Amino acid sequence: MSSSPTVFDRDLVRRRRDRRAAGFCAVDFLVREVADRLADRVADVARRFPVALDLGCHTGQIGAALQGRGGVETLVQCDLSPAMARAADQSGAAPLPTLSLAADEEALPFADNSFDLALSCLSLHWVNDLPGALVQVNRSLKPDGLFLGAMLGGATLAELRACLMEAEIEVSGGAGPRVSPFADLRDLGALMQRAGYALPVVDSEVITVTYENALALMAELRAMGEANAVVERARAPTARQVFLRAAELYQTRHAKPDGRIGADFEILYWHGWKPHQSQQQPLRPGAATTRLADFLDAEEISAGEKAGR
Amino acid sequence: MSDGSEEAGAAPESKQSKDPGRQVDPKLLEFLVCPVTHGPLKYDRAAQELISEQAGLAYPIRDGIPIMLAYEARELGS
Repeated sequence: MSSSPTVFDRDLVRRRRDRRAAGFCAVDFLVREVADRLADRVADVARRFPVALDLGCHTGQIGAALQGRGGVETLVQCDLSPAMARAADQSGAAPLPTLSLAADEEALPFADNSFDLALSCLSLHWVNDLPGALVQVNRSLKPDGLFLGAMLGGATLAELRACLMEAEIEVSGGAGPRVSPFADLRDLGALMQRAGYALPVVDSEVITVTYENALALMAELRAMGEANAVVERARAPTARQVFLRAAELYQTRHAKPDGRIGADFEILYWHGWKPHQSQQQPLRPGAATTRLADFLDAEEISAGEKAGR
Repeated sequence: MSDGSEEAGAAPESKQSKDPGRQVDPKLLEFLVCPVTHGPLKYDRAAQELISEQAGLAYPIRDGIPIMLAYEARELGS
């Protein structure tokens, strides 16, 4: 589909999501929280979106969060994992008609001009070809359709990344990637523009979650199906010593007064529209009817060139 | 997202339909094309498959849920 470097083992991501689908609702608090914030943002747009897509639906958190917001009448839910899609289908959490399927974000099976709105909640951080995925979502939107999403950003799990690396170097004399690379806010803005979205806006926030210790944090990430799926990950089982030492470092550096540790999740939000002639457009250079110099009450000094010729 | 080695093992996802009577909602089919060719799909109700002639693939529908993944699809015999 594209020549992007393969960073993530997509097959492994799918299998992990399949395996964790049944118990996902016990560890879905972060996805639920962000889904709720996304639904708030949908409500902030003064428009109704009869047909919406949930890209990477987990077990249906967006459908449950919408609660009538955005005027969504039909929600198409897709996930890379067939088990997640089925769980979303059967959860009955969404108080609106849902249609579920398994689909790969890197090869979407949607006809052009299908949706009024596309939503994505914390699923795109496992995609190798993010620009390609954004372009494909753009195609599936109707003109003037909105893509509103959230994904994990570069500051996510920075503490864990540092502690694991240091522990692994100490214990085994070398280190491999253990926490995924994440997208950066500025890159995301540029990507949205490149992928053909009009009026793109990106912003970020940090959600800090506290855990008893770093081992509990890592256990929860695994239960979410979010264990390491970087292609270059170490294939041999990791010595338990590495995790214990990392937890120790984490505790020493980041423990709160009550002994619990905090883990930061940076959430990047974006929205952008499929272009349509009704949207605000830049004017042709030289099309101004009022001189800036008059407005500023200043003397106009020619730069020697005329624009728009 | 992050680490921890995880035990390998077969996914519990069953290949057998638990609810064979469940049909795909025809409304969903309006939105779907072949993920490989972006071409049209033909719905085979009896086999519960979505067929992409251009790609030579038949995507299975399990429990009413289309599995639109090329590696899960059946190759059509020539």
